[in-house]
Amino acid sequence: MSDTRAVVLKTEHLGISFGGLKAVSDFNMEIHEGELMGLIGPNGAGKTTVFNLLTGVYVPTEGAFYLNGEKLNGKKTHQVVAAGIARTFQNIRLFKAMTVLENVKIAFTKDIHYNMLDSLLRTKKYWKTEQELTERAMEYLRIVHLDGKADQLASSLPYGQQRKLEIARALATDMKLLLLDEPAAGMNPTETAELLECINTIRDTFHVAILLIEHDMSLVMRVCERIQVINFGQTIASGYPAEIASNPEVIEAYLGEEEADEDAEN
Amino acid sequence: MNTLQKTKLRGTGVNLVLIVLLFAAVLLLSQTLSDNVYRRVLVPIIWQMCIFILLGTSLNLTLGYLGQLTLGHMGFAGIGAYTAALTSLALERAGLFEASEAAPGQLILVILGCCLLGAIFAALLGLLVGIPALRLRGDYLAIVTLGFGLIVENVIANLPFAGGEGLSRGTASSSLYANGLGLSTALQAKYVWLVLLITVLCIAIMCMLINSKYGRAIKAIRDDEIAAAASGVNTTYYKILTFVVSAFFAGLAGGLYATCFSSLTTASFTFTSSSIWNSTFIVVIVVLGGMGSMTGSVLAAVAMYLLNYEIKNGGWVNALPGFIQSLFQFPMLIYALVLLVIIIFRPRGILGTYEFSLDRLLFGKDRPGRKARKGGAGK
Amino acid sequence: MTEFLQQLIIGLRLGSVYALVALGYTMVYGIIRLINFAHGDFIMVGGYTLYFTIPILLHQIGLPAWVGVLAAIVICALVGVAVELVAYRPVRKKGTSMSALITAIAMSLLLENLAQAIPAMGPNPRVISEEIFSTAPISIGGVSTNLASIMTILIAAVVMAALQLFVQKTKLGRAMRAVSENKEASTLVGINVNRTIVTTFAIGSGLAAVAALMYCAQYHTVTTTMGSMLGLKAFVAAVLGGIGLIPGAMLGGIVVGIIEALVTAYISSSLANAVVFLVLIVVLLVKPAGILGKNVGEKV
Repeated sequence: MSDTRAVVLKTEHLGISFGGLKAVSDFNMEIHEGELMGLIGPNGAGKTTVFNLLTGVYVPTEGAFYLNGEKLNGKKTHQVVAAGIARTFQNIRLFKAMTVLENVKIAFTKDIHYNMLDSLLRTKKYWKTEQELTERAMEYLRIVHLDGKADQLASSLPYGQQRKLEIARALATDMKLLLLDEPAAGMNPTETAELLECINTIRDTFHVAILLIEHDMSLVMRVCERIQVINFGQTIASGYPAEIASNPEVIEAYLGEEEADEDAEN
Repeated sequence: MNTLQKTKLRGTGVNLVLIVLLFAAVLLLSQTLSDNVYRRVLVPIIWQMCIFILLGTSLNLTLGYLGQLTLGHMGFAGIGAYTAALTSLALERAGLFEASEAAPGQLILVILGCCLLGAIFAALLGLLVGIPALRLRGDYLAIVTLGFGLIVENVIANLPFAGGEGLSRGTASSSLYANGLGLSTALQAKYVWLVLLITVLCIAIMCMLINSKYGRAIKAIRDDEIAAAASGVNTTYYKILTFVVSAFFAGLAGGLYATCFSSLTTASFTFTSSSIWNSTFIVVIVVLGGMGSMTGSVLAAVAMYLLNYEIKNGGWVNALPGFIQSLFQFPMLIYALVLLVIIIFRPRGILGTYEFSLDRLLFGKDRPGRKARKGGAGK
Repeated sequence: MTEFLQQLIIGLRLGSVYALVALGYTMVYGIIRLINFAHGDFIMVGGYTLYFTIPILLHQIGLPAWVGVLAAIVICALVGVAVELVAYRPVRKKGTSMSALITAIAMSLLLENLAQAIPAMGPNPRVISEEIFSTAPISIGGVSTNLASIMTILIAAVVMAALQLFVQKTKLGRAMRAVSENKEASTLVGINVNRTIVTTFAIGSGLAAVAALMYCAQYHTVTTTMGSMLGLKAFVAAVLGGIGLIPGAMLGGIVVGIIEALVTAYISSSLANAVVFLVLIVVLLVKPAGILGKNVGEKV
């Protein structure tokens, strides 16, 4: 399992416990540049907790994680983003009262170098920066096919497009690792197909690493290069899709779920 | 010059015309109205209205744009007012300044200096309160800022030098009778342009901030703080910054308050009081006008002030049934009702986040993004 | 030392009133996450109910004055439920938590100013004859106090214990705890959420009436703004102890009462409120969930 591409994210025995309860423990993972990795597991397995750890929402109680060798434990969310990790949310979190364009421009905030005086006096630097950022934001919107709706309120977009806008916003932070939390949740087959195309475009254009949480096994099997499976906060398997599909422990973990929720498959 | 700049510059031009018209109107009124009406009625109205406009717009920064309920806004104004008044008193005691005899240049300088000092003091206190308070969840912030307003009132009332005799020994008292800055109506009439100019400038500054990366970040925090952080916004920094800027302009408004009244009392800077000088009234202004609309705050400040003026002085009041007249003795009752009705039926205020733009009215909707919208799959 | 103990008793009596009021805040906050600013004004409503009913009880019916508290409890509970139904519920349905908070502030202002505008109530203070609540002085080891003080402290303790039992042991109490944990899940297991909230308002407001009786017994005066500062400090007490927790309200109330008594006695009465708020700010910084509370992060 040797991969010659550079390692982007590396976690070492990462874990967190809430009041004695271990939500995630001994989580080890390596993601390479340009790789699309899947993180799967039954409901409540701790997938989103992993994302929250990697984005500084939670501070890990054990272990460490590194982005391109830089240790990011204990950094605040905005610092983690500045270092190069961006994410989307399971339950879409957009700036609803702001326009689509503004939603993307927010992601540039950390890189804007004009100061308060520039914005008060509307200096040349201010105008130049704002114009450039608008153009850059429009480029990101083009990638997710939302450039035609730049001036609409984010809340007025249909569901599938809101998900895409969230991805565009994450892209605009100029990240090295993109975390997608169930991006296809609630989408119909057409929307899902569009989304997959979009994710592939992103990987090919920006050569970033992508970590994808997904509930839908078949989707993960189709798109991910490698997959890691967790249950009850523990890694139970990791490897190529074919290996995962035939792993008895994984099948068991998912079988328990399917019996409880038969409609999910049919 | 890029396209974004061009459209915005035209907007600025249009706004300048609007401001010139405003000043022309005041000038015209000063010439046509009888001296008595102008000096004794109109000028104090303009002066106080400007203060309310500043208080409303500055509270809107935290309440409307940042989405944090603060209930001690008048506390900051109080710090500004007492700082400005005591500074001017100190200058007076030192024989450097006398409001009634000062040369125009000197008076303007002292007014500006004292107000600015008041604003800076208020901003510093804003920083001091903001750093701990903004770590708390929204509803706790309300209580902490309310408590802060109370502490300010308590502390000022206990300061030996803010007592009855101003800077001299004096007993501790909540009132400052000798206010060095308190301008006579004649002086107020002469310098009404100054207070208008300050107000216009402050609003312009706040609007500039709102329409830049600062405003964008602040609004993002209001909409979703976690998503804002996940987009790389340093939420703590922008929250504290907003709080401090808001306190700064409240302090400035407080300084102007000191120029307007010959004596100060801490009762004007509390959470609620029998007059309209209290933090809740400012909340009413912001909620009524629209949380997130500068235009709304300005209009609501004017409307609420005039409503209060009419309730107190209007001749039509005498024609109303007796029980309504007796209700009018307690104007905060009316404003509480206004607040209740607005928040139940229009939770984001009358104007919401709408901003008036004469430019848009005159020249249509050709902002750069709008074209794209028409070209897209618009509905 | 005696002097200090004397102040402690005063603080304990004051704290008992705060604790009772704090219970109302804490119960409502626990269930709908709203600072019910109007709660302080429910005390005022209770105070005026006592003011109006006591003369009738004493002179026309011939019952003791404290029976008036029953009328006060009923009126306060009705007002509390009305406020919830007319203002809070509609706003909670479509507004944000901030608009709910602003509604509460508006409601408080409305009640206060309405009382001022009603000629029989405001704007001047109304005095309840001092003899009605005067009790024999009692001296314990050099510390002098009176029966009213001891009754106040005892009643508060009993009410608090009864409430704790109610919430822990009865069906309705369990429903209240369930709703405060998770509204959707409560609906799924067959709890009528709205009815539970209304009940909470009724109980909390009723407790305000008991606090009103204690207030009247101590100060013999009712004013239209008697509840505003009292209410605020009681809320501070609830936050100090850990909001949403009944023992927290008790602890917080007593802490605030004692702080206030000591500051008044040894520093300055005009700084007492400032010190109480300062303590709140410090506690929130060190332990945002309050003395007995647990810290919980927001769900992402």
